[in-house]
Amino acid sequence: MAPIHSSSQQWVEKYRPKQVKDVAHQEEVVRALTNTLETGNLPHLLFYGPPGTGKTTTALAIAHQLFGPEYKSRVLELNASDDRGINVVRTKIKDFAAVAVGSGNTNSGYLCPPFKIIILDEADSMTEDAQNALRRTMETYSKVTRFCFICNYVSRIIEPLASRCAKFRFKPLVEDIMTGRILHICKEEGVHLDSDALTMLSSISEGDLRRAITYLQSAARLYGSSISSNNLISVSGIVPKEVVQSLYQACKTGQFDLAQKEVSDIIAEGHPASQIFSQLYDMVVQATDISDETKARISQRLAEADKCLIDGADEYLQLLDVASNAMRSLCNMTQECCY
Amino acid sequence: MLWVDKYRPRSLDKISVHREIANNLKNLVSEHDCPHLLFYGPSGAGKKTLIMALLKQIFGPGAEKVKVENKPWKIEAGTRTIDVELTTVSSNHHVELNPSDAGFQDRYVVQEIIKEMAKSRPIDVNGTKGFKVLVLNEVDKLSKEAQHSLRRTMEIYSGACRIILCCDSVSKVLEAVRSRCLNIRINSPSKEQIVDVLEYIAKKEGLQLPMGFTGRIAQQSNRNLRRAILCFEACKVQQYPFTDNQPAQTLDWEQYISEIASDIVNEQSPKRLYMVRGKIYELLVNCIPPEVVLKRLLFELMKKLDSELKHEVCHWAAYYEHRMRLGQKAIFHLEAFIAKFMSIYKKFLIATFG
Repeated sequence: MAPIHSSSQQWVEKYRPKQVKDVAHQEEVVRALTNTLETGNLPHLLFYGPPGTGKTTTALAIAHQLFGPEYKSRVLELNASDDRGINVVRTKIKDFAAVAVGSGNTNSGYLCPPFKIIILDEADSMTEDAQNALRRTMETYSKVTRFCFICNYVSRIIEPLASRCAKFRFKPLVEDIMTGRILHICKEEGVHLDSDALTMLSSISEGDLRRAITYLQSAARLYGSSISSNNLISVSGIVPKEVVQSLYQACKTGQFDLAQKEVSDIIAEGHPASQIFSQLYDMVVQATDISDETKARISQRLAEADKCLIDGADEYLQLLDVASNAMRSLCNMTQECCY
Repeated sequence: MLWVDKYRPRSLDKISVHREIANNLKNLVSEHDCPHLLFYGPSGAGKKTLIMALLKQIFGPGAEKVKVENKPWKIEAGTRTIDVELTTVSSNHHVELNPSDAGFQDRYVVQEIIKEMAKSRPIDVNGTKGFKVLVLNEVDKLSKEAQHSLRRTMEIYSGACRIILCCDSVSKVLEAVRSRCLNIRINSPSKEQIVDVLEYIAKKEGLQLPMGFTGRIAQQSNRNLRRAILCFEACKVQQYPFTDNQPAQTLDWEQYISEIASDIVNEQSPKRLYMVRGKIYELLVNCIPPEVVLKRLLFELMKKLDSELKHEVCHWAAYYEHRMRLGQKAIFHLEAFIAKFMSIYKKFLIATFG
């Protein structure tokens, strides 16, 4: 029987910063929070920003630094996979928030501030009703409970909640910081990464450190300790540039059969259509030799096709339609099939 | 035994088409542990073969002794109990199932099975805890709720079981699920690779091959290895020794669709539409999936069209296929597509020939 090795631990968890000051690239946030940590006076918090920038890490680090061994009893952590309907807000959160806690020395001898923290991860997926139900709860129990909302889109948090919190924006990581972290992990894990692969890793992860680390770990598991940029491409599911380029070129020629062949090849190679769409979009928008109107036309159809894919439509047909539409726009053919 | 099964590679060492992937997988499980895996690629590319070979690599020959069971599940969901019956293929080390067969109740199946597997965690002679592998087919057909609950269960029970997911199109799998797995893309074998495999089989079976015959089969198979082998066997049954210009067998439903396509192109009238409807119904009651019918029909129609019409026709095909997914009854949308095609084609004919 196969025993479990410790190697199966996720690097993302293993290298998660334990202290607020270790969080990379978010200087303003770190500075402000270190202050509050020293005084032990915490407002309600709202962290927002793109994925993989350290929001959850920061929230957990604050909680750990504040409560230490008392973490279990003082912190309630709920994320999107837990049930968070209005009932949970009315019962579970309210019950937890209502319990009074003392300050000072607890039985473990750790000096805790006199409040509890409720961390609501991925708060933008909460329903509006549930958020509304929280408003009064936040105020009533603000003496003993602090809330920490974490979300990607601040606009999905209703205004009354947002205005009760101190907002912190987390920005995407720049390349230097990212490579620094990656190199540190590589050193710890004994993985070799050449400079080409390093640049590739930071470009495919688009400022998302978690994604970068996940790719790195997958590649290390699959290809051993020496990783090239091609290895990274294959684990990340990114479509090689040449493939998208040749589809685009085929569209430019204006020959339908050529484009159809490209599309069939792409599907046979197993590349996901959604990925092709997003890369094709990048290519179209960055192209310098086509007019803005053409770009807009192609992008519009790309957006529609993306929605269709989410509804479960067939990849081949959607991709073919996008290619044919792009061809018509690029070659100034008539756009007959308007609906 | 069918050749498809007879010549299926049983271990990672014997896999010829995806040599590189097989080697990587072997390294991956060299410590007898693996992360959750997600295999994706078109059908007939070899996903299943790779998965079975991988299981054998992890657990040894024990993984090949499988039994097929029709298992009823009783699931307590709040106030009511739900009965689901599902066919599972299992060995001592793994369980394989198609959760999408349970329809809208797939969510409960996914949770219940993983829970049950986690409860009976195997322990080896040394007392170390092992894990079981759950192979889930067609995850792209799972409902969104089932995928969400999968994501949570994957984390909670990751100690007791590893999950291998298998699907055709990864676009339909949630990003959250994808990011928890190691994604492995399986591409379709190229025509040359298919020819190699067919020639290998011919050698093993002691068959004489005329020139270019395997090439024709490979061409016809659309880079689908399974189809190529099935077709090869069908040809052998039909006529052996092979003659020089023996055609590769086409599937009868494909022929049927190509007949329908000629019907449509020959005449565009309500009467013809009515006739075609009967034929489409015939296909649907024979369990040919509607999207396959539509795709094949488009393919056949495209052959007969001028390039200026192709754009429009392919647009409407994509449009009606999408509608078919959203709607309930596939025949409406298939027929709408045919009617649309007829109108476009007729307009074109009138404009060109008056």
